[in-house]
Amino acid sequence: MIRTFVLSALSALALTAGGAMASESEGHVEDIAFSFEGPFGVWDKAQLQRGLQVYTEVCSACHGMKYVPLRDLTDLGYTDAEVRAYAAQFEIYDPELDDTRPRTPVDHFPESNLENAPDLSLMAKKRAGFHGPYGTGLNQLFKGIGGPEYIVSILTGYTGEEKEQAGTTFYENVNFPGGWIAMAQPLFGEDVEFADGSPNDLHNEAEDVAAFLMWAAEPKLMVRKYVGFMAVFFLTILAVLLYLTNKRIWRPIKHPNDA
Amino acid sequence: MSGIPHDEYEPKSGFEKWLHERLPIVELVYNTFMFPTPKNLNWWWIWGIVLAFALVLQIVTGIVLAMHYTPHVDLAFASIEHIMRNVNGGAVLRYVHMNGASLFFFAVYIHIFRGLFYGSYKAPREVTWIIGMLIYLAMMATGFMGYVLPWGQMSFWGATVITGLFGAIPFVGDALQTWLLGGPAVGNPTLNRFFSLHYLLPFIIAALVVVHIWAFHTTGNNNPTGVEVRRKSKEEVKKDTLPFWPYFVIKDVFALAVILVVFFAVVGFMPNYLGHPDNYIEANPLATPAHIVPEWYFLPFYAILRAFTADVWVVQIASFITGGIVDAKFFGVLAMFGAILVMALVPWLDTSRVRSGKYRPMFKWWFRLLVLDFIILMWLGAQPAEPPYSDWALIATAYWFGYFLIILPLLGVIEKPAKMPETIEEDFLAHYPDAKTPAE
Repeated sequence: MIRTFVLSALSALALTAGGAMASESEGHVEDIAFSFEGPFGVWDKAQLQRGLQVYTEVCSACHGMKYVPLRDLTDLGYTDAEVRAYAAQFEIYDPELDDTRPRTPVDHFPESNLENAPDLSLMAKKRAGFHGPYGTGLNQLFKGIGGPEYIVSILTGYTGEEKEQAGTTFYENVNFPGGWIAMAQPLFGEDVEFADGSPNDLHNEAEDVAAFLMWAAEPKLMVRKYVGFMAVFFLTILAVLLYLTNKRIWRPIKHPNDA
Repeated sequence: MSGIPHDEYEPKSGFEKWLHERLPIVELVYNTFMFPTPKNLNWWWIWGIVLAFALVLQIVTGIVLAMHYTPHVDLAFASIEHIMRNVNGGAVLRYVHMNGASLFFFAVYIHIFRGLFYGSYKAPREVTWIIGMLIYLAMMATGFMGYVLPWGQMSFWGATVITGLFGAIPFVGDALQTWLLGGPAVGNPTLNRFFSLHYLLPFIIAALVVVHIWAFHTTGNNNPTGVEVRRKSKEEVKKDTLPFWPYFVIKDVFALAVILVVFFAVVGFMPNYLGHPDNYIEANPLATPAHIVPEWYFLPFYAILRAFTADVWVVQIASFITGGIVDAKFFGVLAMFGAILVMALVPWLDTSRVRSGKYRPMFKWWFRLLVLDFIILMWLGAQPAEPPYSDWALIATAYWFGYFLIILPLLGVIEKPAKMPETIEEDFLAHYPDAKTPAE
């Protein structure tokens, strides 16, 4: 409902969004119905936990998430002790000790290990609406392609082909703009064993880790939606009351005989 | 302060009398709120209040954000993430501020086009119009510098492109650009001064808003008929007007509440849709994004800027006449600022003596085409600068200038206006016939 409503409100801006003309160099991103989408969507905590597992066992070999505080993992349903234990597996250099020590929940996730591996803290936000260089934020509204959708498409878009160019190996990925990506295929299916017995085929793993990365990029998503919902709800009531007040105030002016 | 006679303020209590003799501030508030406002104002007249609200909203949220933000190239991006993750309510606050800019510009464009349709710029309201244009320019400067502060890729490269415009000015351009940036390229000094100015300019806007309101409280509001309020006596004024409070305050605040419902739906459910996702990548001077686009509210003028390339014949003529001093880039800059200048000069370009577009049968169509032209330019500004878009942008730009420089001056001469009501009261009664026979 709200989506349709705002859609019409933004119709003047619609033109700026649809502009990205399809050309062969642009990737294809499929729309996925994640649990956290829409005004009333919520995190699927079990999915976020599975995503964290994929991130920890696969992605974090190369990538980091330097903006994400470890303590926020309690959002995923972990206890303080579990977060403490998770944090302790990563080392951090402490200038006060002049030595490394295990991380604690107040520290952040480690940074990327590889220079060329981008930080994943905001990947789900910086690739929102992206299906080529002309991607805009509005593509999320009109085409349903948010950052998590892009991540799933990339993770499932490998063909297995590779080529070498100027000393770098590129891997063919049908969903990456340009068709060739520098990241080797990270997930093949059955890369991790989920404790809850959830399916661990390639697509499910990709969706789980994409959902987790959305949480990492926007940990306050639920708070924001709650504020939005409350604001819309109370402002609607206020608007109705003001409408009636306005009608009443103007009545003696517009219809003096019925007043 | 007002040229329209209305009930005067009379201090009642002892304290009011005491204060009034020393500082007539209550009288000022009284005159502002009891200002006689044309009865027949329609819903296009509510955007002024929305704009005033947006200014306050931006200042209040901005001041709090500034408490948590660090204007340093190494720390700015991380400090935004700090606001988004660690500051209590920080994520919502930042999204309100981010989308508040969009609300501000959305409202100002409707407000401007309302003025253009109903001839609100015409004598005696030219000064109100010019002040309004200054506010709009200050808003653009503020919005642009605010977009640089998060230090994302679009921040950095947008700043590089836009400050590069000043570099296109012949002879002094390079020196001017270096002076603006505080160095040879966009860097830490640039970020620091943009932060400082982004904080300063809203207060200048606030001062200009006071002058804007002062000016139209002197001339009186325009209205949908464009017919002036009869102002020979208080009784005459009362036939055409109602006091601003409560009639228009309540009406405007009701409209504001409806608009805020939409605004908070955007903030709550889709706060990043109007921004560019690339701005969540930290600024990297070594990696140029494939596609540099400004925020949506700059797109029409960005399209005009890019429309003039070296192969366009007007550019070649200008270059030939000036011996190459005016090149394509400088021509584009002139066109962009010119597009705003012709709008600012509209009080003297429009030769028609009829104020409201309602009674101008030919003008109506040209005006609608102008609105469409503006939306098309906005769309083109987001497209790649290559055919066919560049050709369309030239046509759309030509219409923008043609409207102000050719169509408006000519229309006033050739157009035959439709019949207008004699008074505002007549127009009001035509809408509300019941109001004709008040019960005695």
